[in-house]
Formats: sequence, structure tokens, C-alpha cells
Amino acid sequence: MLQFIIRRTVGAVVTLFLIGAATFFLFVAAPSDYASLACGRDCSATRLEEIREALGLNLPIAQQFWDFMTGIVMGRDFPQGHCPAPCLGQSFYSGDLVWATIKDRFPLTLSLTIGAALVFLIVGLGTGMISAFRRGSLVDKAATGASMVLSSFQIYFLGPIALAVFVYSTGWMEDPKYVPITEDPVGWLVGLSIPMVVMATIFTAQYTRMSRSSLIEQLAEDHVRTARAKGMSQKYVFFRYAWRGSLIPIVTILGIDLSSLLGGAVVTELTFSLQGIGRLAVDGAVNKDLPLTMGVMLVGAFMILLLNILVDIAYAWIDPRVRLS
Amino acid sequence: MSAVVDGAPEPQEKNEARKHEGRSPGQLMWLRFKRDRTGVICAWVVLGYFVIAALAPVIAQLYGKDPYILYGQDPEYTAENPVLDDFGLPLGYFGGVSGDHWFGVEPQFGRDVFTMLLYGMRTSLYMALGVTTLLMLTGVVIGLVGGYFGGRTDYFLGRVTDFFLSFPQQLFFIAFMPVVTAFFVDPRDETPTYFRALAILIVLWLLGWMGMARLVRSTVLSLREREFVEAAKVAGASPWRIIRKEILPNVVSPILVQFTYLLPSTILTIAFLSFAGVGFVEPTPDWGRMFATGAKVAEQDPAFMFFPGVALVIFVLCFNLLGDAVRDALDPKSGR
Repeated sequence: MLQFIIRRTVGAVVTLFLIGAATFFLFVAAPSDYASLACGRDCSATRLEEIREALGLNLPIAQQFWDFMTGIVMGRDFPQGHCPAPCLGQSFYSGDLVWATIKDRFPLTLSLTIGAALVFLIVGLGTGMISAFRRGSLVDKAATGASMVLSSFQIYFLGPIALAVFVYSTGWMEDPKYVPITEDPVGWLVGLSIPMVVMATIFTAQYTRMSRSSLIEQLAEDHVRTARAKGMSQKYVFFRYAWRGSLIPIVTILGIDLSSLLGGAVVTELTFSLQGIGRLAVDGAVNKDLPLTMGVMLVGAFMILLLNILVDIAYAWIDPRVRLS
Repeated sequence: MSAVVDGAPEPQEKNEARKHEGRSPGQLMWLRFKRDRTGVICAWVVLGYFVIAALAPVIAQLYGKDPYILYGQDPEYTAENPVLDDFGLPLGYFGGVSGDHWFGVEPQFGRDVFTMLLYGMRTSLYMALGVTTLLMLTGVVIGLVGGYFGGRTDYFLGRVTDFFLSFPQQLFFIAFMPVVTAFFVDPRDETPTYFRALAILIVLWLLGWMGMARLVRSTVLSLREREFVEAAKVAGASPWRIIRKEILPNVVSPILVQFTYLLPSTILTIAFLSFAGVGFVEPTPDWGRMFATGAKVAEQDPAFMFFPGVALVIFVLCFNLLGDAVRDALDPKSGR
């Protein structure tokens, strides 16, 4: 197990480095740079040179990249002061330290992702379980149909509808806002409830369908029938044998979905005008702000890789066959 | 025994007549597909969308509106037929729905929603069709090569695929749209629409081919060990011939199924780019951009995005159902 975790961690670090390199060089390779954008249309050569000098854009590209990457591990010194260890550089546009900005915005994206994931896993797996248990019933048909329709909705369509209904016209709720969970857990939940539910709606349907079909498959397995035949209770067999087995494909899909989950959080943020990582990515892109974009990409990739490793560990926990190999 | 495997039995007399008739797998698939009523209806709906989108200029001509004309600001129109009030909001009910403007008008500019939607659909659908075809071709080639040659080639291609998969996709799309656009035009100049389209194509292509490559690879991997491929090898067929004649025909159905799932998701990704403000921009009519406007005006005029939204939901729903129907028709063993 330990060896597996170490191997995965090393792989993740290498991947992160490569993603950083790809982002950096693709950005630098683009013929327009931040300096000329900041300088504007009527830009004198000396002014342009000053900006380039100030941002360190005059250094060789490899040197710039090296400085950036070593900065993450060891910190960097800027004319304005020292930037401590996980230093993702300094935003060209605002001059703020990127790591501080991301640390400020990231909890929102994380809250959205985890909150929505909890909602859709509970609702999706629950509905799927009921559907599988009462296969062919009215409940099953209604759930399957509803999940089909709901999965065709989009966050950017459903979001404004939810706002129009619950906030603008009825006034039942306030505009979504982010309150740190450490400060006020209730405010956190209430403030983000609409975005979380809207985001979860899009994913719920998929998990309902999947858990239903997976459970039906499991219930037809020989070991489930044997367990029933030797007199175990329906409930015990359902949860201890069938349900657990049905989780394997779901965890697999969840692992694949992680990146779209983060993407979903980004769309949700933009839909509800919340200031998270997605907004930062847009800002970085629009302003040609290389350090900010690098930071956002690396943190996003880091999150996906970390959660992937966690999913793999969960996988080993659910399925003993994986543990052995 | 009837050649049709599943579904309701055919009427008796037909069965008699067809008893000894041979059918190709393609014919069987077609028969199974035609049996699926939902699938057929959805196929017609999807086809309808593409036809309507292709005919957008013709329909707009007949309907007598243009998606670029600002009916709310152009004095030529506001004088005799005002569509917006003093706050720039549509007059009348439900976003200004009227005989003149069937789906209402856009707040602030007063553009006609119906023609905007038609042209927007045209932009999105045909853009997505191009992107998806490109993704599919790339994925198939990489998957075929990796799966068939195996060994070091496969290992290398597998690592490349994994690498691209670990990119945070949506963040990458947002961050690299302006960068890729900058390859073509100086950012301080106006970017022509077709360069934007090209940039979208490149960005989506870079991070979109991996699913297809994995699917094709795993299918080819299992096919490679089958007897008929071995027989072809023993008979001295070249790798190219084996791939073309023995393997490709067998991966067509999973590719087709994947294609029907990939196309709507590409449309949604393009819409997402425009929604985030990095895809198509003013004044190009685009489906996704209508949602960006809609989100902005949701408080004052929630009706604006009703029609584009419902159109998108119906389209995606039908395309997904169509995908399921195609899958069931091509592979009757995979139950829902």
C-alpha cells in the first residue's frame, strides 16, 4: 500500500512539473506578451523595456521557468520583498502574490466541489438504490425519466432560473455568497446552497442511472443469490453484498469525473458571480497574466491528482482484489 | 428462427417470408434501431436541429429579421415600433414576445431572440461537428496505433494520454483561448470570427481526444488477440491491411456510439467557452453567449434565456437518448 502511494505521489509530482512546463511554454510561445498589452496601443520602446525589466521578462525563458519552478519549492525574492515557500510568483496585473490570491479564493471552489459532490452522491446513489430495489415500479420509472431530463440541463441555464425563482421574485433566499466554514458553518451552507444544489443537479442524474444499473447487475450475481438462499436477510444482503459491489464502477467513474467536477465548480462560480478559481482563470487569461495562469493551472491539476490518489485508495478499500495486486 | 435477436416478435406472416433471408450486421442494426421509437423520434429531432441551423439565413429572411440589427436602438425601427422601455427592458410580456418577435427581444440592444438563436445554433452545431470529427479522427489514430503495435509505442502513447487527462480541462480551456487566439492576431486588434473559431477548434482538440483514444485502444487490444487477426497475420497481411480490413470494421460501432455522446458534450463545451467570455464575442450570434447575456439580465428579464435554454435542453436530451438508442442497436448485449 505504502509503495503504491509513493509511486503515485512521484508520478503526480512529475505530471505537475510537466503541466507547469506545458503551460509556461505555451504561454510564452504566444507572440503577444503581457508587457505590450499593459503598455497599450501607443507604446514607446523605452516604456515597454521598463515594463519588461520590472517583470523579469528580459531574462532567458528557461531562466524564467527555472526561477518559477524553484520558487514553488524554496520561495523567491522580489524587489518588493520575500515570497515564502509555495511561491507561485507575483501577478503581472495586480502585483499581488499569486499564492496568497489563490489561497484566498480556493476555499470557495473547494467548498462548491465537495458540497455538490456530497449532494449528488447522496441523492444520486439513494435514488439509484430505490430504483433498483423497486425495479419496474412507478417510482423507478419516474426517477429514471427525471434523471434523463435533468441531466440535459446546464448549470448556466438552471442557475439563473434558480436565482430568479428563489431570490429575485420570491425573496426566499439571499444572493449566493461565500462565508468561510470556519467562521460560520450555517452561513456557509445557506450562502452556497443554491450553487451547490444547481451544480449537483447536473451530476445527480448520471449517478442515479449508474448506481441503478450497477446494483441491478450486482443483485443478479451468484454470490448474492447464494447469500439469500442460505437465509440471510434481504436487507443484509442488499447492503453488505450487492451495494458494496455496486460501488466499484461508481468510484471508477467518480475518479474519471474529478476534472469535470472542478470544471463544474468553475461554471457554477461564473454563473453565480462567485469569486473563485474559475474567475481567477478568466482574469489571468484576459490579462495575459502568466504567473496567475500558471498558479491556477498548477493548483487545479494538483487538486485533481490528489483526489485521484484518494479515489484509488478508496478503490482498494472497497475492492479486495485491487488490494492484493 | 428470426434473425432479429431482441425486441417484440415480428408479425407471423412477415416472419414466414423472411425466414431464410440473410441479413448483414448493418441491416440488423438498422432494424433494431428502427424498432426503438424513442430513438427514431430523437433522431428526427436532432436532424431537425441541424437542418434548421443550416437554413438559418433562409428562415431569417422569410421571417424578416436580422440577428445583427438592434431593434431597440436603431432609430429606423424604434420610431414606429419601440420594443424596449426606458430602462432597456423589453416591452410586453415574457421578454417582449410578440407577432414581430416570436421569442422576444434582447434587453438593452433589442435584437431579435429568434434569429439570434437560429444563427447561434448554426455557429454552435457546425463548429461542434467539425471539432468532434477532428477529435474522433485523432483519437482513433492514436488508439489504433497504441493498441495494435503495443509494447513501447503503446506505453509511450498511454503516458501521453494520461498526461493530457490530468490537465484541469475547463481551466485550461479558459486560460488558453486568449493565448491561442494571440497566435493568429495581435490582441490589440479586432479578432475576426473565423480566427476565434480556429482557436476554439485548436483548444478543444488539444484536450479532447483522450477519451476516444482510450476507447479505441482497449477495443483494439482485445481484437488483436483474436483468431481472425492471427489468421491474417499468418497469411502474410501487412499491418496496414490488418488494421484497415480486420480491425477497423470491428471498432466502428464503439466509435459511432462514442461520437453520439461526444457531439453534445462538445456543443456544451463551446457554449461554456462563450459563456465564460473567452469563446465567441459580440456581435457573433452564439448559443453559449446568449446564456452569458441571460445570466447578466436574469434579475430584470429572466424570460430572455427561456427559449435558448429550452432549445438546448431538448437538443441535449434528444441527443443523449439517440446515443442510447444507437448503443442498443449496435450492441444489443449492453443493457441499460
